[in-house]
Amino acid sequence: MDILQYSDDHRAFRERLRAFCEKEVTPYADQWEQAHIVPRQVWRKMGQAGFLCPTVAPEFGGLGGDFLYALIVAEELSRTGQTGLIASLHSDITVPYIDAFGSAELKRRYLPGCVSGDIVTAIAMTEPGAGSDLAAMQTTAVEDGDEVVLNGSKTFISNGVICDLVVLAARDPATVDKHQAVSLYVVEADTPGFKKGRQLDKMGWHSQDTAELFFNDCRIPVRNRLGEKGAGFFLLMEKLQQERLACAMGAVAAAEHIVAYTVDYCKRTEAGGKPLSRSQAVQFALVEMTTELKVSRTFMEKLIADHMEKKTIIVEVSMAKYWCTDAVNRIANRALEVIGEYGILEACPMVRALRDTRVMSIFAGTNEIMKGIAAKFMGL
Amino acid sequence: MCDLNRSQREIQKAARDFARGEFDKDLALEMEKKGTFPGAIRRKAGALGFLGLHFPERYGGAGLGLFEAALVAEVLCRQDSSIGSALIFSTLGAECLLRFGSEALQQRFLPDLAEGKACSALAVSEPGLGGQWSAVRTTAVADGENYIVDGCKTHVLNGGQADFYIVLCRTTDDAAGMLLVEAERPGIAISALGRKLGTNMTPAADLRLSGVRVPADHLVGREDRGAAQLESVLEEIYVLTAAQALGIAAGAFDRALSYVKQREAFGRTLAAFEITRHKIAAMAARIEGARAVVYQAARSVDAGRGGMLPATAKWLSSLAAVQTADDAIQLFGGYGYMRETEVERFFRDAKTLDLLFGGRTALKRKMADSVIGKIRR
Repeated sequence: MDILQYSDDHRAFRERLRAFCEKEVTPYADQWEQAHIVPRQVWRKMGQAGFLCPTVAPEFGGLGGDFLYALIVAEELSRTGQTGLIASLHSDITVPYIDAFGSAELKRRYLPGCVSGDIVTAIAMTEPGAGSDLAAMQTTAVEDGDEVVLNGSKTFISNGVICDLVVLAARDPATVDKHQAVSLYVVEADTPGFKKGRQLDKMGWHSQDTAELFFNDCRIPVRNRLGEKGAGFFLLMEKLQQERLACAMGAVAAAEHIVAYTVDYCKRTEAGGKPLSRSQAVQFALVEMTTELKVSRTFMEKLIADHMEKKTIIVEVSMAKYWCTDAVNRIANRALEVIGEYGILEACPMVRALRDTRVMSIFAGTNEIMKGIAAKFMGL
Repeated sequence: MCDLNRSQREIQKAARDFARGEFDKDLALEMEKKGTFPGAIRRKAGALGFLGLHFPERYGGAGLGLFEAALVAEVLCRQDSSIGSALIFSTLGAECLLRFGSEALQQRFLPDLAEGKACSALAVSEPGLGGQWSAVRTTAVADGENYIVDGCKTHVLNGGQADFYIVLCRTTDDAAGMLLVEAERPGIAISALGRKLGTNMTPAADLRLSGVRVPADHLVGREDRGAAQLESVLEEIYVLTAAQALGIAAGAFDRALSYVKQREAFGRTLAAFEITRHKIAAMAARIEGARAVVYQAARSVDAGRGGMLPATAKWLSSLAAVQTADDAIQLFGGYGYMRETEVERFFRDAKTLDLLFGGRTALKRKMADSVIGKIRR
């Protein structure tokens, strides 16, 4: 019995999305890598075609779909050879904060645009001095009547250049306990005092416009706060299960693509008069890579099923995040070794795949943090 | 290291001072991004004698051993993985001349290499060739006092930039030889292979040779011993590549150690956390192991009995470099993924070295043959 049960609706959605990617995304992947950005209208096209925020309710223009739609999007996008169009981050990590914790007014105001692609979101937590230690953040939010004044900077922010809306974590400088000090806010990109900084030069994810963000006496209405004041860490804790699961999903999807490419490459490429895949060592390598992929996928699918049943699986998703991202990194490294000489050239798609997968054990909480969380919740 | 003699320690120090003074970090980032060869740095390195350390003195070298050349390779790559690698690879092919070239060829071509005025390349690979060099399809047909060379060579490091190529070609029905082919000879077409995973300051290209006329005296060694000569030359290439990898491992380690000692999180420096300490220890241990085998391999080659050590050194050192640089990225966290902290480039350079010259597959095949012996099925 399959762990995940797809319906005809799911399958139809996947087919349409695959066709969309083949037409609107994959042919442009190399171009976007060179340009270091995805054209803004691609997000709009994707939204208009109904592929953004599929879990958002129909009341706001969404499909009202279940979490399997999120998996489908992650899988189809991983086949496109680019990472800039990071729909999963928008749909499954950032927008859920607005959907779950925004007031009715905020939801009415922003969700339809998030669905249609007229609003691209970014989530801003990390700072130059606060990564793993998020509570050490320095960006301040001073609530002043019906306004909030923001000051500080964030870094490593995906969609940093093209974003229209930012979900921002900032602390009240007057609250002593730093775990009670943080609140989440929604900031519109054209708000005076908000500036997008330089795009960052990275090892991979070249089509992703990762950037710094700056807040300089940036005033937003207090109604743009998500949830209660000081509840930031509680809100984060609620949503991080899905974020970590989404990372595992992205890793497994990337690994599928790497294994498929490498197996095919070995079958059709000869060395010393026979296909690479006839060598025993290559065969064992491909089997081992595929096994690792299947084990990772099985773990991930079980956790998706649990997540859809609303189970709290903090330990397991932390494990899955670190396991699957480490696995795809091992698989990507091994793929190059199996491919041989061609695997040194950027012309070989597996080189970009290696550069792109490397970040997965770092973002959304490093794998060391994942192990620390698991240890804590295991009662160690 | 306590088993370096004084002269070796001085060479190490001189190379380190040179690298620290000349290898500008921002320039390196820019050059690597654009795929620019460090020509000016190379000329300075040559003028100071860092490039032809193991060439005989009468050919512009220092008359030292592969060991001293390996020491320099390690130091240069420690300071900058890409610049160091480009400098060391700029004389690829020289080993063929050193071991098998005639006096005339050595006299004519080695001095410019040593001085950093010229680059060389080794053209061996062909599509589908794998490691069976005697099955090479590029031909060198004798024609009076010349050879006419026809064929395609792939993945030539320094392709398009080298002043001459040592080309492995079929000279008789069942044997191959090595020919020195100057780059300006008519009939050579270069197709650049573009950006690579790493070692991007060293270009790579495919070569198409069409009716290239080469004087017979450009034969390097014996007409029918090309494959065996290449096996011999690989000793040096493996040791020098292993030495580069060792330097890269050490350079990644240096940067990561420095970072974890000053970066703070959760009220302490990263270096205070047990997991961090254990990771740093593992990195250090790997480097020590790699250094021991690389130095031993270099000394053994100098003593005329390399055996399995060069391949072993390339394997273990490359692996150490890949693992250590990967650990370094992780220790830097998000900053490790940014080009500006350099460790991702050290990783890419290490991974590329690991994959070059047939990767670990070629090493495993060679070492299995050596340990078990060739077995006819």
